[in-house]
Amino acid sequence: MTLLLRDLSLTYRDNGSAEVKVLEDICLEVPTGSFISIIGPSGCGKSSLCNLIAGVQEPNRGEILLDGRSILGLAGQVGYMPQKDLLLPWRTLLDNVALGCDIRRENKRESREKARLWLERFGLGSFAGHYPQQLSGGMRQRGALLRTFLFGRTTLILDEPFGALDALTRRDMQQWLLDVWSQSDPTVVFITHDIEEAILLSDQIVVFSQRPARILNKIILPFSRPRDPDLLLSPEALAVKRQLLGLLRGHS
Amino acid sequence: MPAHFEKRRRKKWQTSIPPLIFVLACLAVWQVSVDYLKVPLWLLPSPVAVTKALWRTRALLWTNTLTTVWETTTGFILSVALALAAGLAMVLSPLLKRLFYPLLIISQTVPLIAVAPLLILWLGYGLLPKIVTVVLVCFFPVTISLIEGLEVSDPDLLNLLKSMGATPWQILYTVRWPNALPSLFAGLKIAATYSVMGAVIGEWLGASSGLGVYLTLSSHSFLTAQVFAAIFAITVLSLIYFILIAGIRHFALPWLNTKEN
Repeated sequence: MTLLLRDLSLTYRDNGSAEVKVLEDICLEVPTGSFISIIGPSGCGKSSLCNLIAGVQEPNRGEILLDGRSILGLAGQVGYMPQKDLLLPWRTLLDNVALGCDIRRENKRESREKARLWLERFGLGSFAGHYPQQLSGGMRQRGALLRTFLFGRTTLILDEPFGALDALTRRDMQQWLLDVWSQSDPTVVFITHDIEEAILLSDQIVVFSQRPARILNKIILPFSRPRDPDLLLSPEALAVKRQLLGLLRGHS
Repeated sequence: MPAHFEKRRRKKWQTSIPPLIFVLACLAVWQVSVDYLKVPLWLLPSPVAVTKALWRTRALLWTNTLTTVWETTTGFILSVALALAAGLAMVLSPLLKRLFYPLLIISQTVPLIAVAPLLILWLGYGLLPKIVTVVLVCFFPVTISLIEGLEVSDPDLLNLLKSMGATPWQILYTVRWPNALPSLFAGLKIAATYSVMGAVIGEWLGASSGLGVYLTLSSHSFLTAQVFAAIFAITVLSLIYFILIAGIRHFALPWLNTKEN
């Protein structure tokens, strides 16, 4: 589904007096089935943007449209994944992946069947009955991603999903994410502060300024898919990397 | 995996043998010193004398134990039901919590020994005042542990559930309630060990049957071996309740039995 953000502005009122501007006139179109990364200095308001799209917070101004329909302040319209995996320790991996289906009051048997299918297709089938504390960090994150995919189906907001992982696991996870994404083709908004990650994964990179966040630049990546990590060594990728570093340095 | 299983059983034996030997050694020292120093029976009976008293009065002890079991079990179940209602009400309504939480804590500082005679005065010599004493003892730890378990929840987790469109009711039973269970069971264990004591204190002050009655009668007649027999029965009873709760916890909270990766 096409996600459209129009003139989004968000202001916090600090202790009733001082106003803190977080987002300023954010306009962004995420076409159906595309993968967009948002990159920016930490604390610039990327997570606030996620909260707005996920419907748990409302902006002071602006619109959020999903295929032309306003989803402002409406929860449950997109799949949202925060940095922490937030798997429930008392649910098995299978039940954790199906959490969103339970919240939607879907049929238990059908949702478990669906969740098992996803787990098996993406290499976690034999861990379906495990509890989260029995799984490694990478596996927990995969579980959390599958939970998001199963819930969001067509539109996903991923807020630094690999931020807490070590570099090697992170590389694995990026490939794995591309694999899952290519097989279900949802629209993805991916928040990160890892430039290489953004280049490797996205169709388009949106650069945010420091708070209050404005859009500094949108860079369209011309690389074909499926992508190989060696891509990062190509002159084109290095040029994009240089451009991004320049943009971020100028505003930090 | 029989080899693995066998190994685990052997390990279990190995860890439980030293404390067992220690207890037996203590009993032996007790027995020998009482015999050697010729301590009179009314002052300190030896383990053998206690065992004899246990066997001699087994029928009497058994009927009295049954009374206490009945009071304890009824009081315990009642207090858990009340604690669940009160805990949920206080978590769902901040006003109720502001009203009753201080009272709950103050009520726990009033000594049971002072309240029990009043209960006898108001409710007579039947089972009811003993059941109320048990409830008074058990209600507090269960309620407090439940409230704490229900309230502690990761704000990020709540945010995730809200983003899925979960209602407060769904958040209560998918997150808050399971999150509260380990804490609730910790409270239940404390309550289970205290519950028998509550019933015995109730019986002390006036009853026709129960371990408390057996205890007072024996102590007034300087039948010290029987006093120890009663202490033994109370201890065993409390342990049974504790093990029962621990067993229920094992099956009700399977995710806590798994080893971490």
